[in-house]
Parts: sequence; structure tokens; C-alpha cells
Amino acid sequence: MHDDNEYKIEAKSGVVSDTTAKGDADHLPPQEVPDQDLYHSHSWWTTYVFSQDAKYIGVQYALTAVGTGLLGLILSWLMRLQIAFPGLGILEPAAYYQFVTMHGMIMVVYLLTALFLGGFGNLLIPLMCGSRDMAFPYVNMLSYWMFVLAVLVLLASFFVPGGPTGAGWTLYPPQAITSGTPGSNLGITLMLVSLVLFVAGFTMGGLNYIVTVLQYRTRGMTLMRLPLTVWGIFTATVLAMFAFPALLVGGIMMTLDNMLGTSFFMPAIISMGEKLTTEGGSPILFQHLFWFFGHPEVYIVALPAFGIVSDLISVHSRKTIFGYRMMVWAIVAIGALSFFVWAHHMYVSGMNPWFGFFFATTTLIIAVPTAIKVYNWILTLWRGNIKLNLPMLFSLAFIVTFLNGGLTGLFLGNVTVDVPLSDTYFVVAHFHMVMGIAPLLVVFGAIYHWFPMVTGRMLDEMMGKIHFWITFIGSYAIYFPMHYQGFVGVPRRYFEIYDSPYMSVSGLHLNAFITIAALIVGAAQLLFLYNLIYSARAGKKSERNPWKANSLEWLTPEMPPEHGNWGKELPKVYRWAYDFSVPGAKEDYITQTTPPSAVLGSKVERS
Amino acid sequence: MTPLIVAHILVLIAVGSVVFHFWSPWWWTEVASNWGGMDTTILLTFWITGVVFVAICLFMAYCVWKFSYQKDRRSEYQPENKKLEFHLTWITAVGVAALLAPGLVVWNDYVTVPKNTLKIEVFAYQWGWKYRLPGEDGVLGKTSIKEINDENPFGIIKEDKNGMDDLLVDSDELHLEINKPVKFELRSIDVLHNFYVPQFRGKMDIVPGLITYYWIEPTRKGNFEVLCAEYCGTGHYAMRGRVIVEEKSEYDNWTAKLITFEKFLAENSKTKENKIKLVKNE
Repeated sequence: MHDDNEYKIEAKSGVVSDTTAKGDADHLPPQEVPDQDLYHSHSWWTTYVFSQDAKYIGVQYALTAVGTGLLGLILSWLMRLQIAFPGLGILEPAAYYQFVTMHGMIMVVYLLTALFLGGFGNLLIPLMCGSRDMAFPYVNMLSYWMFVLAVLVLLASFFVPGGPTGAGWTLYPPQAITSGTPGSNLGITLMLVSLVLFVAGFTMGGLNYIVTVLQYRTRGMTLMRLPLTVWGIFTATVLAMFAFPALLVGGIMMTLDNMLGTSFFMPAIISMGEKLTTEGGSPILFQHLFWFFGHPEVYIVALPAFGIVSDLISVHSRKTIFGYRMMVWAIVAIGALSFFVWAHHMYVSGMNPWFGFFFATTTLIIAVPTAIKVYNWILTLWRGNIKLNLPMLFSLAFIVTFLNGGLTGLFLGNVTVDVPLSDTYFVVAHFHMVMGIAPLLVVFGAIYHWFPMVTGRMLDEMMGKIHFWITFIGSYAIYFPMHYQGFVGVPRRYFEIYDSPYMSVSGLHLNAFITIAALIVGAAQLLFLYNLIYSARAGKKSERNPWKANSLEWLTPEMPPEHGNWGKELPKVYRWAYDFSVPGAKEDYITQTTPPSAVLGSKVERS
Repeated sequence: MTPLIVAHILVLIAVGSVVFHFWSPWWWTEVASNWGGMDTTILLTFWITGVVFVAICLFMAYCVWKFSYQKDRRSEYQPENKKLEFHLTWITAVGVAALLAPGLVVWNDYVTVPKNTLKIEVFAYQWGWKYRLPGEDGVLGKTSIKEINDENPFGIIKEDKNGMDDLLVDSDELHLEINKPVKFELRSIDVLHNFYVPQFRGKMDIVPGLITYYWIEPTRKGNFEVLCAEYCGTGHYAMRGRVIVEEKSEYDNWTAKLITFEKFLAENSKTKENKIKLVKNE
């Protein structure tokens, strides 16, 4: 850490330095640790299956997550068909609730968390930090296979007697483990076991990401020169390390309640006419544990998206990211604050109502750093040189969607407004907008952006544009009107929504509209998958650095990067990743490895 | 051409959202309780957030159109602007405070129950509702889940004298007197539920092992549907009830027909045929 401090001083100086004046401007500190050799695979199995190369593990994570996510997508189609066209009799109530539950858990944990941290984290951290691999490649491999095991256990729950749990993704006891809920025996047990496996696997990966970012950066790569993508993934990983243990203990305690008859979360109750032997437990305790994990989880998904989208916007508008330092501090501040807001999910849970004052205040405070991020994104566009390619389009769509979802967060965070809106479709619309669609738009943008780095080929532009417009407009058409169902008062998690007197106008037409939009948006994702497969084999060959980006992942000796990433010598970093359109420079970008002596005359403000 | 299209679509999204907001038929039903303040807070939030949403969408549309890529142009080089960042930060903080303050005032009213409010027990189970009203003493008798059986479906502790005159409502239909504040004492015997009447705006989870509460003052006569608003298992969507808000005279007629716990016990021991069956395994 010693040399970081040394560099921060330089990075913070902010003085316009005419590099011609400095004789030894290209000086870098010596390498602290000698380069170490990596594990080299000897067979197809150890290269592609039990791989210890972070790039491969990243792709493995991403493919597994996307595959699981496809199941989540199909489940959502079935649910939406049931809600909009109850006359068709597509689902029984039990199956409906099971699908709701599995859809939620799959999308939040097994798709988004795994994709951002396991997928993009593994792919990008070593490359962007300029290291050869993760700190602990073997543990990294184990992390992925634990994730696979977790997914298999989750899928197995579809085939056990009673089926998967239908407790809602929040798994609130007592209903999660009493007989009125589908899958209250084996289903919930497998779900909890799967989560425990996921947390264990994630901890292995997470330690890797943290240690690699802190200890394995190449020469000259100070913390304040890291791309915001790394900052986002790094902070999210730290959050996950603190948040997942709460889920872990909650899961273990509920398993004990279920299997051994303990009473952590179980008061004395009469379930479906049967007096249970439990006594004295607190259902609200579980909710505290769950949301102590659950709220940071929102940011575990959001912070990597924030980071990635910052880089996409900067690269594709050929402009320095606006307010880099503010962006870093906002990420860290949001991460820290996210541990003090969890009970805003519980305003009407029956906890002491006086907590409402505290949690409403902390929740609205977190809006300030979040707003700063939005301002800085749009200020990066201001007077930029904006290329409207696919990564940029997805980034713009992200800002609109995230803005919308963030603003509705101000409704739900404000305790009074939450009372009529909680547990209605307003909540469903809000969280899908802010942590479903918005991060997914970033995922798509990121895939269009980094696909050439992984495969050496470009994704097809035409298919991409169709995919973009349907996904963006379609998902907005799904979730924007859904807020208004919440205003009407339609509760969430209803198998059937009859027309009741509280609906001044029937909600059924709106439901049919939303469902049709959802089917179309879902179908567009199949086109995207086709594009991935088609372009990986037959796409246009990519140039070395097709977007003219500055960050290290585009600067490897081979493209796609080979095992060990950097060939013989590790890269040397002389500046941050955002030197775009620097006055006096010949090109509109200066890569991180360009020494000052190579761009004489450029007026770099900070590096 | 493309930048112009993208800019137009961004404008359309902003305008379309506003149009949908004002002209779509989906809006909340008229409030029927004293919690109009919640509606006001929502509207205030709508105005502030709506202006921000439209402003930022239009700003983006302008940028996309005005600053679209040209090969011979360079973007402006401005890594930071501390003054601008500072101003944006405090303007946001003020806006957020303007939302929070009225919200907290209304919340304070919501969690502070006025004195001498009529207390009514809402009794939730998978999947239905029952109610219990205090008798002439105005006090609900103490209950315990262990006391619940066929003779004592509400589990009222017989040693507690306050319970004997309690009025039992073995139906999912509750009557309320207009303009008379009422505190719902919420009780569940199995899992989480939530007593929710959209027109009243109020909401609170019902937690087994606890008595939670909220209060309202009905301000409009009518026949309202009760919805369970906390997921409670397969029958959640069908867990409905009714609340009828009426004049005092009609309300008194209704309470006059209700049976006290004392009378219920006496009748049950006579007929041996229980009207209310709850517990199967005893």
C-alpha cells in the first residue's frame, strides 16, 4: 500500500503539467514482487472445463448465469400469461407461486449477481488491473464449480415431491416452512442449501476479486487510476462479503426450524388447524437478516452496472468521464450507506414504527450520491462526441430506466408514501425498473462492448439494433404502466386479480397489454442469443482496439488475450483510463500505457 | 439521421410518460379515511420527481442530437468542475429534504394513535378474516394462542374479566361507524398477513406472536373490499373480506346483533354443537 500513497499525491495534484518540462516523466516505481509463473493447463479438461484462467472462468460464469436466467425468463412468461389471461387456466395457484419465487431468486442471485461479479469480475479485473490472473486461480475455479453445484441443487428442487418452494423470493417464515405454502418441505430446504452453496462459492470468488484489486495491480496502476468498472465491481464485492453472511445465517436458522423443530423464527402458531410445537421465535428477525443482505444486494447488482456504464459512456462519447473522483466516492458512499437502510423494506412489517423515521432519513440520504452519479453521466455526454453505437444506446437506455426506477425509489423510501404503495404492483414495477431492467441494459451494453475482446469478432449491428429497440421500449412499456396498477391498489403476488370496486377502471386490459409486451421483449432476447452464437462463429473480425479505448484490457499483445494476458512483460501504466480528447494530443485518446514522453505537448489535467 | 431519431425517442418517452400520467384512466380510488395526507405527499413527490425525470430526459435528447459524432470534432476536455458538482449536490439535498419532511410529519400522525380510540381486533388466519370488538367496558380481553379450541375460537383467556363481554364477529364482514377513529389491533394465528383496504390507504403486516396496529378514521360511507397484502401461501389472492362504513344508527343495529363471548360459551355448552370450528386436531 505504500506506493499507493505516493501515487495518490501525484494523482491528486490536478495541476496542468506540460509534460515536455519534466525530464523523468516516464519514471515508474520498480516492481515490488517478481513475476510468478502461472498454472498451465495440459489438457482440454483443464483448459475449458476445470479452468484456472480467470477469463475462461468469467465466460463460464456468464454462460451458466445466462442459462439459468433463461429459465427465469420462461417462468416470467408463464406467470404473466396467468395474470393477464386467467381464463386460459395456464397455472394452478401453487405453481404460480412457485414460479414467482423461482423467477425472483434466479434473476437476483443466480443471474445478476453471478453475471456481474463472477462473469464480468473475472473477465475484467485481472485485465483492467494489468495482472496475469486472479490472486488465487485454484480457489477461483472452485468458486465457479460451487456456483454450478448451487444451480444444480436449485434446479433439482423442481423435481422433488412438493416441487420448488413457493414462499416468494423473500422466503418469509413462518409461511415458507408451513403447510399452506407449496414446497414447504423439500423445496425450501433445497433452496436454502443452494443459497448456502452459492454464498460459499461466492466467498471464494470474492476474496479473489478483493485481493487481486488491492495487491495485483501492475506498476503505475494506482487505485485512483483504475477504471470505474473495477471500482464498481470491487465495492460490490466488499458489500457482498458483509451482506451474504446475514443471508447465510438466516438460511441456516430457517433450515433448523424446518428440519429440527427449533424456534428461531417460529412463534406458537396454529397452521391449517394444527397446533405446532414451536414457541417464542420472531418472524421479524428473519426479515431483518434477509434485508440486511437484501438491500446491499441491490447495490451488489447496481454498483458494477454503475461502473461499467461510466466506462461505456466515456469511451463512446470520446470524453473524459466527468468528475471521476466524485464518481469513486459516490460508489464508496453508496456502498457504505447501503448497510444502514435495510429496514425501508419493512416499514409496514410490524417492527417498531419509530424505526420508520430513521430508515426513511437514511434512505433519502442515499439518493444524493446516487443523483450525483446520474448528473455525472449526463454531464459526460455534454459537449462530447457521441457515437450512437450499441454500447452507447444501451447506456442511454440505462440512464432513462435507472432514473425512472431511482425516482420511484424516492416514493417507496419515504415512509408515509410507502404505506399505501408497499406490497402493490408499484413495488414490483419499481424494483424491476431499477435493479432488473437497468442493470440488464448495462449487461447488454457491456456484452456488445467487450464481445470483440473475448471472441475477436464483432456482434452483428443490425440484429443488435433490433434487440436494443425492442428491449428498451418494450421493457419501459411493461414497467411504466405497472406503477399505476400499484396506485390503483392492486396487491402483488396475486394469482388472480379480479375486478374489485377499488379499481375504477378494469385492470385486466392493462395486464393483457403488459403481458404481450413482456412476451415480445422476451422473444427479442432469443434474437440476442442467436446473435451471440452467430457472431462468435461468423461475425466480422474485430480490430485490435475497435472502440479506441484507453484501458488495459484492449492493450494485450494478443487479441483475444492469451493465458497470462501480457506475454513476457507486464504492462506499465502512466495515466488513468479517461484521457479522451486531450488538448494538444494527436489522437482523441491516449491509452493507459502511453508514457508522457510519447505524447509531448498534450495538456493532461490529471492522470 | 440516427441521432435525430434517438433524440426524438428520448423526448417521446418523457412526453409519453407525462401524457400517460395525466390521461390514463388508472388512478387511485377516492380516499375514504383521514389519510388524505398520504395522497398529498405522493402528489408532491410526483411533481418533484416528474420535473427531474423530464428535465434529464430532455437534456439527454439535446446532447444526443447536438453532440453526435463528427470525425473532425473533439469533445470538450473537462475532467472536473468542482463548483458545478457542489451546487448540484446541495440542490439535490434540498429537494430530498423537501420530500422527506412532509412524509415524516404524516408518518408521525400514522404511528400516534389518538386517545380513546375504539379498538377492534382483526383476526387473520389462512385464509380469512374475523373480528372482535370490545364490549361495554371498551377493553378487549387478553388472548393466547394456546387457548384456541372449538369452544374458544378466539383464544380469549377466560380468567380475564375484560374478555367476557367482547363481541365476536365470525364473518369476514366488519362494520365501522363513519367519522369515528378506530385502532385495528392486528393478530394472526399462523403466518404473516396484512389488513389492507385500498380506500383507507393504511396498511400493516400482521405477525404471529405480536399484536401490530394502525389507526384510521373512516370518512366516507361505503362497502369496501379487504385485501390481504402480505403473501401468506397458496390462498393469499383469495383472502378477501369486507368493511362497511355506515351511520351510527346502522352501526348500532349491527353491534346489537353480535354475540358476546360469555353468551357464546353458554350456548356452546348447551348445544354441544359448535358454530365455529377452527382447530382440527383437538
